[in-house]
Amino acid sequence: MSNVLAHLDWSPFFITLKIGLLSTIICFFLGVGLAYVSLYMNKRIMAVFDSILTLPMVLPPTVVGFFLLLIFSRRRPVGIFLYNNFQIKIVQSFIGCVLAAFIIAFPLMYKNAKSAFLQLDKNLIYAGRTLGLSEFQIFFKVVCPITSPSLFSGAILSFARAIGEYGATSMLAGNISGKTSTISQQIAYLVQNQSYLEAGIWVGIVLFIAFLIMLLMEYIQR
Amino acid sequence: MLELNIKKKLNNFTLDIECKIESNRIGILGGSGAGKSMILKMLAGIEKPDKGYIKLDDKILFDSEKKIDIKPKDRNIGYCFQNYALFPNLTVYENIVIGLGKPERADVDKFLEKFELTKIKDSKPNKISGGQAARVAMARILIRKPKALLFDEAFSALDIYLRDHIQEEIAQILKDFEGSAIFVSHSRDEVYRFCDSTMVIDAGKISNIGNTKKIFKYPETKLTAILTGCKNISDIRYISDNTIEAIDWGIKFHFSKELPKDINAIGIRAHEFVPVWEETGTNLIEFKLKSRAKLPFEDNYYLYTKGSSDITWLVQKDIKEKIDSRGLPKFLQIDEENILLLK
Repeated sequence: MSNVLAHLDWSPFFITLKIGLLSTIICFFLGVGLAYVSLYMNKRIMAVFDSILTLPMVLPPTVVGFFLLLIFSRRRPVGIFLYNNFQIKIVQSFIGCVLAAFIIAFPLMYKNAKSAFLQLDKNLIYAGRTLGLSEFQIFFKVVCPITSPSLFSGAILSFARAIGEYGATSMLAGNISGKTSTISQQIAYLVQNQSYLEAGIWVGIVLFIAFLIMLLMEYIQR
Repeated sequence: MLELNIKKKLNNFTLDIECKIESNRIGILGGSGAGKSMILKMLAGIEKPDKGYIKLDDKILFDSEKKIDIKPKDRNIGYCFQNYALFPNLTVYENIVIGLGKPERADVDKFLEKFELTKIKDSKPNKISGGQAARVAMARILIRKPKALLFDEAFSALDIYLRDHIQEEIAQILKDFEGSAIFVSHSRDEVYRFCDSTMVIDAGKISNIGNTKKIFKYPETKLTAILTGCKNISDIRYISDNTIEAIDWGIKFHFSKELPKDINAIGIRAHEFVPVWEETGTNLIEFKLKSRAKLPFEDNYYLYTKGSSDITWLVQKDIKEKIDSRGLPKFLQIDEENILLLK
């Protein structure tokens, strides 16, 4: 065991953490922003908008991965465009990992933010308007502080989902050691090669992180 | 002064209000969901009419033809919400100064003092009482020196004692307030007390409008009678030019003068009945006691009639004493001036 620990490649841990943080940050700002914007939509448009944004939550991650591949493959227009103009490679790359994790985790953030905004007493927003506040001030001085517990829970859940992502990530970014190899992918890879001890160490680490996250959720919801 | 000509499609009906009210103390009565609050929201600019115009105290706030739609934050209208809508994340002090510029904050201490909020200025809204919350709401509105005040079912959540108290404070505030004040309320007392003019609306249309005292005295329509607190209403049929039968009670009423031809119903306020122990006079009502509710200072009698509906009789102190000594009267009598003729 000590031998395995001493030679353990820690890169999946840091890669996973980086993916989790980056995708959560994107999820947070985009999720909060889009959820707030959607409140101003006409009801029918809002229903379609919500359905599209939360679709990845009910789709198998491999299906999401399939679509992402379809869009970003370097043999397809978008992939070609991104590579030729910006040298950005999505498939088999770290950006691909972040993108896959983001798409899969986004609905959690969006749903949490949206339900928090919907539960907010509308009269508070109206009161803000009649008291001379701009929409910008209302959002930052009233809406955000009041809904912050839900927004943070949303962010934490997104983070948890992002660091556990496997299906879409493995299809879009693959399992390249030191580059796109996340903990989840590493566990699958190790089990395939019958390295149960090393896989078990990673499982322990994941359990520990998951426990910390749930603890944090409890703390926020108090 | 309020001039309205607004149309807005709502879920169940179209709000369609056209009126011009010269007075600047205006009450809006209506059943729940009649569109009362929507009118206030449109005055404040929170909701937009589909078309029309809104003119309040010589200022055009909205005009769909001229494409005028002043933003709520620039209308400078104070809006007192039913639940006060204090920001729960901010302290009392922060609630009051939110939206004020630096120079305007000089007055804050004076306002806190005036509304007895100095001691709780650092408390969050969930830590203060209902009466204090009402004062914070008023202070927050008045510190901005609004041109008009809107009360949307304000104070209806307070208990009776506190409500009286706050209403008294509002009365004091309104004495020095030159702009318009508009009350949406299902508390008739509030409208009767504060408003010179009253508008009664039903399903988005004006059903009655005019001087408040007159509307309470002569409600004219069934709905207005109910909203102004009339407990006894019956449909009628004509028997002759000056005799009608109240169908729901099986009682005939005789009038000394000829009745208008367009009456559909009559109403009798619960306190207007006069007890009679001997069979004398006209318009006597025979009844059987159904039940009696003892209230602290008055009694409510519920009486069977010959028809399908009961009659409610409110017995106040002096009559209560008479009944205690003489027993239940044989008949109730009603003066013809006190019979409300309703369309």
